[in-house]
Amino acid sequence: MSNEIIAELRKDYICNLMIKGEREDGRTFDQHRELTIETNVINKAEGSARVKLGNTQVVVGVKCQPGTPFPDTPDQGVIITNLELIPLASPVFESGPPREDAIELARVVDRGIRESQSVDLSKLCITPGEKVWMVFIDVHVLDDGGNIMDAASLGAVAALLTAKLPANRYDLGEDSPVPMRNVPVSVTAVEIGGSIMLDPSLDEESIAGTKLTVTSNQEGEVSAMQKSGIHPLTTEQINYIVDIAIEKGKEIREKFLVI
Amino acid sequence: MSKPEKLIENGIRLDGRKPDELRPIKIEVGVLNRADGSCYFEFGGNKVIAAVYGPREVHPRHQQKSNSAVVRYRYNMASFSVEDRKRPGPDRRSIEVSKVSREALEPVIFQEYFPRSAIDIYVEVLQADAGTRTAGINAASIALADAGIPMKCLVSACAVGKIDGTLVLDLNKDEDNYGQADLPVAMTPDGNITLIQMDGNLTKDEFKEGLEMAKTGCMAIHEMQKAALMEKYSSQIEGENNE
Repeated sequence: MSNEIIAELRKDYICNLMIKGEREDGRTFDQHRELTIETNVINKAEGSARVKLGNTQVVVGVKCQPGTPFPDTPDQGVIITNLELIPLASPVFESGPPREDAIELARVVDRGIRESQSVDLSKLCITPGEKVWMVFIDVHVLDDGGNIMDAASLGAVAALLTAKLPANRYDLGEDSPVPMRNVPVSVTAVEIGGSIMLDPSLDEESIAGTKLTVTSNQEGEVSAMQKSGIHPLTTEQINYIVDIAIEKGKEIREKFLVI
Repeated sequence: MSKPEKLIENGIRLDGRKPDELRPIKIEVGVLNRADGSCYFEFGGNKVIAAVYGPREVHPRHQQKSNSAVVRYRYNMASFSVEDRKRPGPDRRSIEVSKVSREALEPVIFQEYFPRSAIDIYVEVLQADAGTRTAGINAASIALADAGIPMKCLVSACAVGKIDGTLVLDLNKDEDNYGQADLPVAMTPDGNITLIQMDGNLTKDEFKEGLEMAKTGCMAIHEMQKAALMEKYSSQIEGENNE
């Protein structure tokens, strides 16, 4: 989990509040922080979004360009997701090649998009076996206020929903939207002392034993999941998180991410 | 292989298994001389070998912790383990697998007994056939016990998937490639889940049923892990008595 160092006093404070059923920012256990999503914030990108989830801020840019397909999927486009924890976002992030935290975040964001089949890869094919659209999703974390995972994946989906394939620039016909057929939403919960809290703040994330991210699609099915952190979870806890993630995912989708 | 017409027919899978049947498992404990603990684990077409070194000095020094051991886990696939040659060395996938596998084992290791030391777990995948991370965790858990590292219990892992709309235990490569979901789970014998990941598509009810199925699979593997350890160490004791 996070390498953030947190004072024992603060840890006790959060745990004591938790026992009373409270959180330091006054939320209930199943309440998200305030979420805002702005789209088309970067004109040079084919699609972009800026997400604020409490104090966490990320910018996601989508760039598209023609490229060669993978040999095993000659008639399908390619999505590549990247996420960097740049030193600008937190005193504990260091420059250099991405470490396991960043790689895990990027891969879980990618998995949510890929496994829910939200982008119709077959429609990204230009000439089978030769030329397909490559869609690069780059997540830039600007401010780490906890739960980068959800901010990044919401941003990635929001940016994809506004993205256009720049066909005109490459003499491939008219520009068209990136073909989307599903809207996955990820919801992350942490376990602290046996209690489950949604959308952890930085402090909550730092003291939590375990994080569980559940990505659900618009049919209310689970598309991807990732447990992160060393504390075990019980079956009941996991089933509870799955139920609530689907329910909260639906609310977020209806409010912020309309196709 | 191109996509077969049906992955499961009349409740029988392509490799002849029933939906809730594990692939054959073969376990050998203590197969390496230099390592403090080791295990060779075959899980259907998967062949993995795990070695544990430690507790030993931490290099680089700055990684050491003053109040507990550091556990390091390196999952690595041999370049010849898959159909198309894999470029040697760590890639993004193996870094992620290493992280979640380490986190699957850490909760059962008494790390606080060995401050300023390292427990290194190396898992090499020699042949891959879907489910390498679960095979790796099963092997590593035995190798840790073989190395004499104090542990609360063993960790067992297996995956549940969905093929042609049916939930099945322990996917093989074709089922993984053409199936609709993959849900790897690792747990302790008392049912605490230390690793869970998922990709694909499952309804809420399918997920819950799948998790129960994974639990049954893990329990069966746990018995085999225990038996393998018992076999090695009980024969050693008998041998000593005869001398």
